Amino acid sequence: MVPWFAWSAAIMFVTGLYISFFVAPTDVQQSEAYRIMFIHVPVSILSMFIYLVMAGYAALGLIFNTRLSSMMASALAPTGALLAFLSLWTGALWGKPMWGAWWVWDARLTSELILLFLYLGFIALHASIDDPRRADRASALLAILGSVNVPIIYFSVQWWNTLHQGASVKLTGTSMHIAMQQGMYTMMLAVWLYAITISLLRVRSIILERESKAQWVSELKEIKG
Amino acid sequence: MNKLSLIGLLSIMIRRDLVLAMRRRADVVTTLIFFVIVVSLFPLGVGPEVDMLRKMAPGVIWVAALLASMLSLGRLFSADHLDGTLEQMLLVPQSLSVLVLAKILAHWMVSGLPLVIMAPVLGLQFDMTAQAIGVLIIALLLGTPTLSMIGAIGAALTLGLRGGGALVSLLVLPLCIPVLIFGAGAVEAVISGTSVSSHLSLLGALLVMALVFTPWVTALALRISME
Amino acid sequence: MSWGEFFAMNGYAWYVWGSFGMALLIFIVEIVMVRHRRTLILQQLRLTSDTEDL
Repeated sequence: MVPWFAWSAAIMFVTGLYISFFVAPTDVQQSEAYRIMFIHVPVSILSMFIYLVMAGYAALGLIFNTRLSSMMASALAPTGALLAFLSLWTGALWGKPMWGAWWVWDARLTSELILLFLYLGFIALHASIDDPRRADRASALLAILGSVNVPIIYFSVQWWNTLHQGASVKLTGTSMHIAMQQGMYTMMLAVWLYAITISLLRVRSIILERESKAQWVSELKEIKG
Repeated sequence: MNKLSLIGLLSIMIRRDLVLAMRRRADVVTTLIFFVIVVSLFPLGVGPEVDMLRKMAPGVIWVAALLASMLSLGRLFSADHLDGTLEQMLLVPQSLSVLVLAKILAHWMVSGLPLVIMAPVLGLQFDMTAQAIGVLIIALLLGTPTLSMIGAIGAALTLGLRGGGALVSLLVLPLCIPVLIFGAGAVEAVISGTSVSSHLSLLGALLVMALVFTPWVTALALRISME
Repeated sequence: MSWGEFFAMNGYAWYVWGSFGMALLIFIVEIVMVRHRRTLILQQLRLTSDTEDL
């Protein structure tokens, strides 16, 4: 399964980058700088989406006591955190030429920063509890609590007068140039597939770490040698 | 024991925690002193220019209140956890949420309330007007219980862990940021002459939501930490 | 567009390439870290299984 995701991700990235740089035209207002959108929007959306998926897996683990759910949540966390960081970084690099400032304390930026802290808190809490079951359940509770932040990030540009641009793509359609749309969606798909790939790879290690006493682990050919 | 009413249970728990806290007055006073020192450090650090201090004042006092709350959170459950009382509380037939709420209220009375009382004095250090100080007191009164309640969840999740205050703070501070924003915002609004009521009503809303949700979330967190 | 213009991005080179570059860096670092984690755990398991066989 992993190779399929990995190759799809790679293809999507290549296509997406091609569209982003060679097909999409130069923007009237923002010139070439707007191309940052092709990485900023995908990673930002994914950082929020992954948080919700992580909290979902964590909730499943908490309610049904399924170990694998909690392991998936732990696998998603580092990826989500890195994407949140990337969102803030690319956002800052886009903000400087466009708004003149690396950072403003508006609702969307602040809540994305809080998202990064929530990810880090999840990882830290899980790491500081020795008992795996307690660790899973405690960090699950934290993740679920924090998910209230995601709608805040998403709707912040509607609820408050913020510096950050409002939604360009709504359910009723968009005024964006078609090539720009294609570029953005392709890149989004690319990042999503990448996130799936890397999380699946990571959960493999997590399973090995946690189930190290099990019979099937010692039978693995990587270990028997 | 006969069936206890909700209020009866609450008041017994609160009285017990207050008595215990009074026996360790040093802890209570330390938090207060910490609050005062942190706030006083800022003018020393940034210079005595009155205009700048006046602008900084709401933020500084609020951040200090936040940090002082974080400091005192370790005490919320640790004493009971160490001597086994907490385990007994988990077995009580009455709702654990009520007991937790009582503990949080008692904790707030000895750590949050003193901050509210101390605030006017600190406001004067920053040359705040009487009006501003008034709003500050109301905002802190609405905000500090919420901080205690959110902090309680963090304290329950990190029960007995090595990380200490830093871990609880890392977990709880992101969740406390809205209180900080609206609390400081309320005071800034009165200083700059804009509407205060929106900030204060949001603070009130946060308080109500915290009152409704945090006791049982904290109880859940305690059960997770204790099994 | 010529290659020179492409890299310059109309003056926004630092910002655009800084963004995509950091993204690439992070993806590479992440892949390396995950592989390393796997190597570590496999090594550890091999060690313990070897000592048990003794």
